[in-house]
Amino acid sequence: MIIQQISVFVENKPGTLAEVLDVLKAHSINLRAITVADTADFGILRMIVNNPGEAEGILRQAGFTVKITPVLCIVLEDTPGNLHQKVQHLSAAGINIEYMYAFSGMGTQEARVVLKVDDLTRAEGLFN
Amino acid sequence: MYWNQPIETMEAEHMSALQLQRLQELVERVYRQVPYYRSRLQEAGMLPEDIRTLDDLRKIPFTYKQDMRDNYPYGLFAVPSSEIVRIHASSGTTGKPTVVGYTKRDIGIWSEVMARSLAGGGVTKQSVVQVAYGYGLFTGGLGAHYGAELLGASVIPISSGNTARQIMLMKDFGTTAIACTPSYALYVAETMREMGISPQDIKLKVGIFGAEPWSENMRQQIQQQLGILALDIYGLSEIIGPGVACECQAQDGLHINEDHFYPEIINPLTGEIMPEGEKGELVLTTLTKEGMPMLRYRTRDLTLLTRKTCACGRTLVRMGKVLGRSDDMLIIRGVNVFPSQVESVLLNMGEVSPHYQLIVEREGKLDTLTVLVEVTENMFTDEVRGLEALEHKIKQELANVLNVTATVRLVGAKTIERSEGKAKRVIDKRKI
Repeated sequence: MIIQQISVFVENKPGTLAEVLDVLKAHSINLRAITVADTADFGILRMIVNNPGEAEGILRQAGFTVKITPVLCIVLEDTPGNLHQKVQHLSAAGINIEYMYAFSGMGTQEARVVLKVDDLTRAEGLFN
Repeated sequence: MYWNQPIETMEAEHMSALQLQRLQELVERVYRQVPYYRSRLQEAGMLPEDIRTLDDLRKIPFTYKQDMRDNYPYGLFAVPSSEIVRIHASSGTTGKPTVVGYTKRDIGIWSEVMARSLAGGGVTKQSVVQVAYGYGLFTGGLGAHYGAELLGASVIPISSGNTARQIMLMKDFGTTAIACTPSYALYVAETMREMGISPQDIKLKVGIFGAEPWSENMRQQIQQQLGILALDIYGLSEIIGPGVACECQAQDGLHINEDHFYPEIINPLTGEIMPEGEKGELVLTTLTKEGMPMLRYRTRDLTLLTRKTCACGRTLVRMGKVLGRSDDMLIIRGVNVFPSQVESVLLNMGEVSPHYQLIVEREGKLDTLTVLVEVTENMFTDEVRGLEALEHKIKQELANVLNVTATVRLVGAKTIERSEGKAKRVIDKRKI
């Protein structure tokens, strides 16, 4: 399914991650997954949260540069080769993966993979 | 050593008479030939014949760098383009450069004042002069080149950069004088040490250094490290280029070639003339220039004038070392940079926020410029690649307009310090 990911611009210096998390904590936003893409000077913090709409608003209000990006989220069974199969699906369809990261589902044996792809609607269609 | 003793040691009275005669001719000429000056003089209710004494000059309105932009590119030229033999340009305050044109006679005057400057530093026909200023639209290289050639010295037109090669030629060709920026001179000294070459291995005796502000402390360092006499030269392309004024071996102020460039010191806020010896903004009038004459040009350089006799015997009025600017112009590796140029680049790019900050530092001996740009939502993409491409694009655009390479760093929104609501545009960390 397509879910909303929060992306935040962060400078590569001590304390910036803590600032973002502080804002989320203050508004009781729950994090499902978090990952950072970094360069020498800056990073992009990507998060899956329980209430993306609210998180976007409060982070922006706190002065952060925020963007909501729709991404594909797929559920994987806990068996070898499962991710490989899904990824092959995408590549066979000529869909490019920009980036991906995984997190585990709450209280289940399943893993969830977040994928940023160049053709979101078509990618979603493949897994329905 | 004089190049033109009658002028350089002329009695004050005779100099004033010469200046007045040239000023009258100048005002008459620009009134006739430059619509811009004609209307400015008319607005001030003046006719050329109202210039009866040198003091009457102060009735003429100032000319600003902005006026050059408003009349870009050739609006302030006073001769037909067929008479122009050379064009130079320097940074404007925004995207467009300021353009200057020279007639054949102007090039002759420029060579003359540069020859005087070099001769004052002990350069002769026997000297080997290495011109390590950049050649091109920048006036440094060609200005020093023509002056040294007129003097009859052997010129090495090596231009700037490639320091190891500069030092090799200096050693092999027996260079006795160098013309470059003072910070580059220190860099040359440092590179020489790294190469294991001592000042005794080279014949260098004097350096004519300009195009950027430098301190007495820096002079001492250059003199010690290179074992030479380090002299300060002043000029700006709007007036002619280097050679407007230069120190003699007495190192006690820069003699202004006042038979060609008439100086005044004003209070930059009120425009009032300051008494001799008091600090203010230097205003220059080109008494003899044909291509693009300047009436009371606001240099924005802060200094003072003195007419006290100099140990060298020259009677030409002296200006002190430039003490700063009355605007926000920065000089980075000899190149003039205005924060407003950076702003116009960012605004022209559309997606970029105008929240920026320039950080100037001196790493080793050379200046570096870092431009911080705040990331706003319309420029923020979720992908690293996109942001890196943006960073690169800003860097390219800045290099095109500024003529110096800047490091671009994207920073978080609202992280650039604002003072009283206004962003602080420049942080100059250099200790010059």
